[in-house]
Amino acid sequence: MLAQVNSLALEGLVAQTIQVEVDVAKGLPAFDLVGLPATAVREARERVRSAIRNSGFEFPLQRITVNLAPANVRKEGSGLDVAIALGILAATGQIETGLLAGWYFVGELALDGSLRRVDGVLAMAWGLVQQQRDPAIGPVRFLVPSRNQAEAARIEQIATFGGQNLRAVAEGLTKGIFPPVGLGERTDQVECLEQEGPDLAHIQGQPLAKRALEIAAAGGHNLVMVGPPGTGKTLLARSLPSIMPPLTTQEALEATMIHSVAGALANGVSWIQSRPFRTPHHFTTLAALLGGGRPPRPGEISLAHHGILFMDEWPEFSREALEGLRQPLEDGWLTLSRVGGTVTYPARFMLLASMNPCLCGFAGDPENECRCTPLAIERYHNRISGPLWDRMDLQVAVFRPEYGLLRQESPGGETSAVVQERVITARKRQLRRLRQVGRFRQVYANGQLTAEMVRETCPLDVKAETLLQSAYDRLGLSGRGLYRTIKVARTIADLRGADLIEGPDIAEALQYRLP
Amino acid sequence: MLLPQERECWLALAALPGIGARRFHALLKRFGTAQAAWLANEQEWDGVGGLTSKGWRKTLAARKPELITRLQERLALGDLYAVTLRDEIYPELLRHIPDPPPVLYVKGTLQPEDRDAIAIVGTRKASPYGEKVCREIANGLGRYGRTVISGLARGIDGVAHRGALAAGGRTIAVLASGVDKIYPPEHQGLALQIVAQGALVSEYPPGTPAEAGRFPARNRIISGLAQGVIVVEAAEKSGALITADQALEQGREVFAVPGPVTVRHSLGCHRLIQQGAKLVVSIEDILTEVPGSLAVAGQAPTMALSAQETRVLSKLHWEPKNTGELVQATGLPGAELAVVLTLLEMKGLIRQLPGGRFASA
Repeated sequence: MLAQVNSLALEGLVAQTIQVEVDVAKGLPAFDLVGLPATAVREARERVRSAIRNSGFEFPLQRITVNLAPANVRKEGSGLDVAIALGILAATGQIETGLLAGWYFVGELALDGSLRRVDGVLAMAWGLVQQQRDPAIGPVRFLVPSRNQAEAARIEQIATFGGQNLRAVAEGLTKGIFPPVGLGERTDQVECLEQEGPDLAHIQGQPLAKRALEIAAAGGHNLVMVGPPGTGKTLLARSLPSIMPPLTTQEALEATMIHSVAGALANGVSWIQSRPFRTPHHFTTLAALLGGGRPPRPGEISLAHHGILFMDEWPEFSREALEGLRQPLEDGWLTLSRVGGTVTYPARFMLLASMNPCLCGFAGDPENECRCTPLAIERYHNRISGPLWDRMDLQVAVFRPEYGLLRQESPGGETSAVVQERVITARKRQLRRLRQVGRFRQVYANGQLTAEMVRETCPLDVKAETLLQSAYDRLGLSGRGLYRTIKVARTIADLRGADLIEGPDIAEALQYRLP
Repeated sequence: MLLPQERECWLALAALPGIGARRFHALLKRFGTAQAAWLANEQEWDGVGGLTSKGWRKTLAARKPELITRLQERLALGDLYAVTLRDEIYPELLRHIPDPPPVLYVKGTLQPEDRDAIAIVGTRKASPYGEKVCREIANGLGRYGRTVISGLARGIDGVAHRGALAAGGRTIAVLASGVDKIYPPEHQGLALQIVAQGALVSEYPPGTPAEAGRFPARNRIISGLAQGVIVVEAAEKSGALITADQALEQGREVFAVPGPVTVRHSLGCHRLIQQGAKLVVSIEDILTEVPGSLAVAGQAPTMALSAQETRVLSKLHWEPKNTGELVQATGLPGAELAVVLTLLEMKGLIRQLPGGRFASA
């Protein structure tokens, strides 16, 4: 007898429907799995066999052929287990074949028949929504392991069900009722990825660097901090998450999807609400940073999608790693082409970098003498290529604060909460404006504006225009540098609640630039 | 004036290895003419300048006719020329120092007004303060039509040349290598400007590379060409102090620019002042001490500044500050300070130093 069950597999973030066809026929007992299964899928045979037996069903001593269609797509992962098991049950008449129509099953089987969680169900659910738009398909129902249900249920356009074990799933299908497993968990499983960093108020001095952080947070701009060791660059960087605006629903969906696919969601967490803050070490391999491996998995830059990628000791990263950042910084995504196929992962991150001014760390410091030769300093700086440096919207120097400031009793300056409020207001202005010019789908902040969008969204008054022109001539800005200045000025104007960019906005934006 | 053949021998003799100004003059005294020295057999050199003919061996071996033809061919290219002690355009001041260089190679022009020249020397690792003072003095000298002499080195030397050039004045760089070998390489462009508005001068024939041993000898020409020497920032043992010593030997005025007593690079200047060097506060201190024959002063341009700009600028007058210190000193919030700094930078009144500090330009 023949049975057909729907399941899903992921290629990058794209969900693809996999039809699991099971044929049970007379002959010598055999269990064949065809349709380009990867190792984990091929091993499904052993799991399925034990799970069916241990769930109180009968495993047929007949010739079983399982085909995974389309046959030319390589199938990875263990999410097809449940579909294969149900296919065998249907083909042997242990459940009714008709019950499986309109259902999509994803889940790994344990040997005792219980369903284990799998990675990427959010992306699968999202993919089902796109398919549901096709009227020929009709309403779909999506069954996932109950541990995954909260995550999948985020996508409200489709009906999601959770299954504890194979027996319960089979019974639920037969009776047409599913126990409401884990539905209540949806809200309390919302989690922050990182604990909050230090409050801005606890960092003494560094007024310009703090201001630059605020602008960077408000506009999603890339920021590089240069200063001697021990002056607080890392501390400043760690305080950035505390002033970032929370993710919008759309952003959270994209970020959670990537984390889900990468298997990077912490245990029990089904939804990412605060912005990712990734801190790869400079030994991180190219594949781990940019994405790769087999099957190609998202790298740090994709995990930092809509969040922050913090690269401490920036020049210590390998040349390939640094140059590899250029394209995703520009486009907001990275395509990984491998022999096995091509996968595109979004990577719209905000780059936060910190570095010393030279190898010994003291170039330009009035108190400590730098021991580097001019050539050594130049060589150190050359590790960051010109085009990459040009993509850093904000560049600030961080220096040794005075003793008095460090030993001050009371914390100085504004708290993160106060700054964050300004940031959120400024970000809302940007979203409203981007929606007006119809660009909302691609970009969510000023830092992501393309040259064309800059023309649409950044009107300059006469004084600002004059100032910018003389800066272009006097300071020798590049074309990219010019747009960078305008984008930063746009955010500065947004922070003070204005639509028109004025002279002081441009003047301030020009200040966040190091020679 | 020398006859052409004798002149050729002068150049060749001075270009021989192991012959400096002192030995050249000793040879001249012994043989009467350079040609005689060039043609004399090896025994006759014995004992000249306190060296036996054995000691002269390397020099004597280099005494080949090709040397003369090579030098003449090089000079025939025309981008540089030689001036001998016997020539009229040989700088008058230099002629009277002990052991004047017998031959000077020049790229650019020497002018009669160069006799009012003032030398500026100092450390290669100049502080922003040193650079600022140096630039102001060189600028002032340039405006008053005084030629600025220096050594084209990194740091103070370079700033001195540039300051004079910016004021439209003349400047002469004395090199420790051939005038066609510019060291340090990053001053290649500066050297071109100097040729247009002054001269590169060296006692070494073209093609000679820069070597450490030649710098002290070079320093005596710097002070020798000038009426006075200004030392802007010098550590306690430095080339600039050697120049100051030689200036005293040559009977030149020595000036020193004071700095903070805590800074190593000002210590040499302070020692000079203790020993009687003139303390320089403004350009007038120099001009009254060594009055030149001409005195034409240009005017420094003035600019309209906002109250905030003046406030920030005044805090940068003496020493560079970082933005944190400026926020404290001026009371302006970070964002406003950033605006003012950019505007001042655009007006050319301040500049950003490596490490994010600012100094008045």
